[in-house]
Amino acid sequence: MKVRIQRDGGMAEYAVAARASQTVLDVVTEIQREQAPDLAYRFACRVGMCGSCAMEVNGVARWTCRTHVSRVVGADGVLELRPLANLPVIRDLVTDMAPFFEKWSRAGGQFVPKDGVVPAEFAVVPPASPQRREADAGIECIGCGVCYASCDIVSWNADYLGPAAMNRAWTLVNDERDGARAGRLRAVAGDAGCHSCHSTQGCTERCPKGLDPSGAIAGLKRTIFWGLA
Amino acid sequence: MRLWAIQRVTAAVLALAVAAHLATILYAVRGGLSAAEILGRTRGAEGWLLFYAVFALAAGLHGAVGLRNVAAEWLGWRGLRWDATWLAIGALTAALGIRAAWGLYHA
Amino acid sequence: MRDRRHPAYWGFVLHRASGVALALFLPLHFWALGQAIHGAAALDGFLRLVDHPLFTLAEWGLVVLLALHLAGGLRVMALEFLGWRHRQKDLVAASAGFAFGIGMMFLLHVG
Repeated sequence: MKVRIQRDGGMAEYAVAARASQTVLDVVTEIQREQAPDLAYRFACRVGMCGSCAMEVNGVARWTCRTHVSRVVGADGVLELRPLANLPVIRDLVTDMAPFFEKWSRAGGQFVPKDGVVPAEFAVVPPASPQRREADAGIECIGCGVCYASCDIVSWNADYLGPAAMNRAWTLVNDERDGARAGRLRAVAGDAGCHSCHSTQGCTERCPKGLDPSGAIAGLKRTIFWGLA
Repeated sequence: MRLWAIQRVTAAVLALAVAAHLATILYAVRGGLSAAEILGRTRGAEGWLLFYAVFALAAGLHGAVGLRNVAAEWLGWRGLRWDATWLAIGALTAALGIRAAWGLYHA
Repeated sequence: MRDRRHPAYWGFVLHRASGVALALFLPLHFWALGQAIHGAAALDGFLRLVDHPLFTLAEWGLVVLLALHLAGGLRVMALEFLGWRHRQKDLVAASAGFAFGIGMMFLLHVG
């Protein structure tokens, strides 16, 4: 199998043996260990929990540890790997995630307990209740940046908060224990926030956890709109 | 945010108006368009005047706000001055449309 | 090359392209209808001027774009205001089908 990797100074080409149940991350690791020890890439858990191994695989942002080569390799047998789009590249396949997480905090991604203190008792939100289901819908985000790299609006407006940050904000808006709703809705409004989303739904299409940031952003718009009325 | 609200409120109006407009078009184009036929519908008809005036207002604003978003994203035309310019263009377009509606009513 | 290979993205492209075209056409449309202010004869003069297959083709295009933009807009509003998250791809297909149907009806009726 032919593997092309975007490295500092252009595309580098490697040949790697195809194996059964091989993931894209396996391929990158094999190249780094056997052929190019200076190849920079990032991973940690290898089981789809940490969100650190995302890359552009044949033009689509994916978590590489849970992506089988056989599912994504081109008809020509080529695997082309690039760093995540919409983020500054540090080296080779490693991007600087700082802008991505900085936007989480700008979108009010931090839980603020009502009345400023965490109550001594657990807040009981029954698992079957609608409130709980709404809050749960976006909670499994692992912060991999796939949605952010798949979003056109981010590439058109560098200030745009992006899908993950607003998905987080929506999760907290739906958290009945949260006390910072008004400020958070202000933070996600406007051209750098939910109102610039055109529902192109690349985020929802590509989220490896099957979350729906596009739907979350639509929820923010709806909540802000009826808040005006 | 306010522009977004304008966009969605006008969109809701337009959803109904455009549906009616499409139906009218499909009905009116049978046998070709003629001034007599069009004016026969609209002349002195307050209902049509009101419909077209509201339609034109919504369409003018909706189009201008839409172009504003496209221009901001693809041409980098951002800022309050551009927003004001687009709103003025929208109002002007709407006025042109309302003038035409008046013409169809009054002719 | 950014990743744009999915139906909701195509829906967005169609919605934006039709929207821009319609917004640019709108002042022209209003100006033409404004001929009525100068009386029926002026309006008739204009209508005769555009009574040509090429203009009819353009009118058909506008009708299709309008239907497309209407259906696409309803899809986005359904997502935003009603939270219809799950059948978006079907709705993209349905809106394209709606525009096609309106276009066919226009061709059947025109003339």
